[in-house]
Amino acid sequence: MHDLTLAQMCHGLARRDFSSAELTRHLLERIGAANPRYNAFITTAPETALAQAAAADARLAAGAAPALCGLPIAHKDIFCTRGLRTSCGSRMLDNFVPPYDATVVERLAAAGAVVLGKTNMDEFAMGSSNETSYYGPVKNPWATDCVPGGSSGGSAAALAARLVPGATASDTGGSIRQPAALCGVTGLKPTYGRVSRWGMIAFASSLDQAGPMARTAEDVALLLQVMAGFDARDSTCLDRPVPDYAATLEQPLAGLRIGVPDEYFGAGLNPGTERAVREALAEFQRQGAHLVAISLPHSGLAVPAYYVIAPAEASANLSRFDGVRYGHRCADPVDLRDLYMRSREEGFGDEVKRRILIGTYCLSAGYYDAYYNKAQQVRRLIRQDFLDAFAKVDLILGPTCPNPAFAFGAKGGDPVAMYLEDIYTIAANLAGLPALSVPCGLVDAKPVGLQIIGNYFDEARMLNAAHRYQLATGWHRLAPPALTEAAA
Amino acid sequence: MSIQRADIEKLAELARIHVNEDTVTATTLGINRVLELIDQLRAADTTGIAPLANPLDATQRLREDLVSETVDRDALQAAAPAVEAGLYLVPKVVE
Repeated sequence: MHDLTLAQMCHGLARRDFSSAELTRHLLERIGAANPRYNAFITTAPETALAQAAAADARLAAGAAPALCGLPIAHKDIFCTRGLRTSCGSRMLDNFVPPYDATVVERLAAAGAVVLGKTNMDEFAMGSSNETSYYGPVKNPWATDCVPGGSSGGSAAALAARLVPGATASDTGGSIRQPAALCGVTGLKPTYGRVSRWGMIAFASSLDQAGPMARTAEDVALLLQVMAGFDARDSTCLDRPVPDYAATLEQPLAGLRIGVPDEYFGAGLNPGTERAVREALAEFQRQGAHLVAISLPHSGLAVPAYYVIAPAEASANLSRFDGVRYGHRCADPVDLRDLYMRSREEGFGDEVKRRILIGTYCLSAGYYDAYYNKAQQVRRLIRQDFLDAFAKVDLILGPTCPNPAFAFGAKGGDPVAMYLEDIYTIAANLAGLPALSVPCGLVDAKPVGLQIIGNYFDEARMLNAAHRYQLATGWHRLAPPALTEAAA
Repeated sequence: MSIQRADIEKLAELARIHVNEDTVTATTLGINRVLELIDQLRAADTTGIAPLANPLDATQRLREDLVSETVDRDALQAAAPAVEAGLYLVPKVVE
């Protein structure tokens, strides 16, 4: 049952092959058994999940089931869930139980989804390996000595380990796509403003975007259909109609123009990853797409610009954690200053503190023009590269990450070595463009991802391309060997 | 541009994060590594380029100044470390 996709589960529930309660109980048992090994969940919610499943079964029996009725999912622990602890992977919010639901949580609940729990993540979504989580790192189900990627590593690992068929995630510089690639699952970062961020704990507000993760593009489309759309409570959310993503999934790809950026195949790209991505490109050609060589000349400046803009915005956003209204408070503060200084010292981990300090530096008097303003100018150049490319092509394809999953501790104490793992994903955030990752091969027995970047609000075309690719290939169906060995 | 220990202490004060004696050296080293990375921006020619703050060049949406929802104060303050009679408690600020 746990190998089924969301779409298959939906059919199974409609045919009464199994009930949502049976499905939910089965997956909760799997999580109970496997979580000590993978650490993919910070919190599970068995009682509310079973209650939601029972309610879903009643609606299914009554014949009035909404789109995701009875389907089990998990939320990244960055989304506020009323009455259910929301830690954001931080000691700061270890005791935080939100009094409200995020819009994404509300919409999925209204569509009948059953929430099994909250998935582990890098602290405040700052990381590419899950090593910054206060709750310990998630292990990659494909190789438990390796990272799952980050920051949405818990959602990706839970999908790969068949603990859940769909999950929410968020992406500020690659946090959906990079773990999806490293764990062999499918993940989509929508256009900036496509999905409401109300109730999603803020990291860098001009870059953050919520999105779905699942094992197939078809399932990602199902989830996005419910998650996307206008929300008056998020002032950056855009009021544009949401297309029917399922309706165009099967369209043939003949005539599709695919841009292949030179800059995404240069030094630093693992040769095995390159081979897998080039084979994927050949599959698109077989389906009638045309490959067009393009250039994104400012690509090399994306990581430096990001590490000004994201920390600057984080330093402002995370100033709300003051030990007064919610979150960690130090013991016996002598005065208000001491309360702030020690609560934040104790509540935040090293990477979060580093980024707050860098952001504070970049925004401080005398440095604003040299760093912040300059980075925002470079950001416009990076976006212009994409606008020029999309005048000639429909989609841009390349690797999601330069390498497959690396071992815990491999990046040592060097933050920049870690940041460079996001070299191909960050530009889409700076430009606000949608991008997704689909599994496209194995390198050293670990999954690698193909990244599909689309034009603004062109998620339907990206999902169509990803789905057609998955109809012709089997990479997305591969399970980690440990799972199949256990079943044998 | 590299920064020194004294700069870190000033930043820590601005950011209201105490940096303790054991970690100040490692913090300085890590931040200097990142500053080397972001200094690459200097090479870019950005003459006449307007900064891009919102990726869609969108501006803030305004709404009517009307009450749209009310907040349950007790539920909201249940997450606070110290509350009394609907007020947040902090150490004495004014002598």
